[in-house]
Amino acid sequence: METFFLICSVVFMILLALCLVRVVGGPTVLDRIVGGNVIGTKVTVLLLIIGVLYQEVEMFVDIAIAYALLNFITTLGAAKYFLHRGKAGLQEND
Amino acid sequence: MLWIAGFLVVAGLFFFAVGVLGILRFPDFYTRLHAAGKCDSLAAVLVIAGVALYNLADFSLANLLVSLKILAIAAFVFVASPTATHAITKAALVIGVEPWSKKDQEQ
Repeated sequence: METFFLICSVVFMILLALCLVRVVGGPTVLDRIVGGNVIGTKVTVLLLIIGVLYQEVEMFVDIAIAYALLNFITTLGAAKYFLHRGKAGLQEND
Repeated sequence: MLWIAGFLVVAGLFFFAVGVLGILRFPDFYTRLHAAGKCDSLAAVLVIAGVALYNLADFSLANLLVSLKILAIAAFVFVASPTATHAITKAALVIGVEPWSKKDQEQ
């Protein structure tokens, strides 16, 4: 079962790297925010799997909770910022 | 129990992979958001439930409490992920990101 979770975490890392493609090359700012949000959700899950691998789930659960909250607030804040900034936020990439 | 946990984790990995494929391949912002929002919340809940079940394999009171905490993360992700997606969609609509249409396809 340890090997299984190890393989799962490696697959997770590959998926994270693929998400980074969208963050780096997304046409608009909002695409980058979506990519960041997806990466945050994946890291929350990956932290739990790392906890299983180290056999210290009770410690890594707290880190995962904090990361999930932080990811949620970051996404909300970025969305609200670009909402108030208006169309000017999109111009730099067109 | 271990088999169910492994199946849940693999199913979650599958949905994560599908979501990443959608994020990379779909033509415009709203369709990418659709792939990201739906696949992500479902896959995260599946994998977290799998880890909670795996943690419960050797049963004790401490492990039960840790599993409840893990399920609390799942509940939070299930509420927070659609909310974040909704906020980004509203920002995009107000800013005026153009949806993809047949016109773009022909160009």
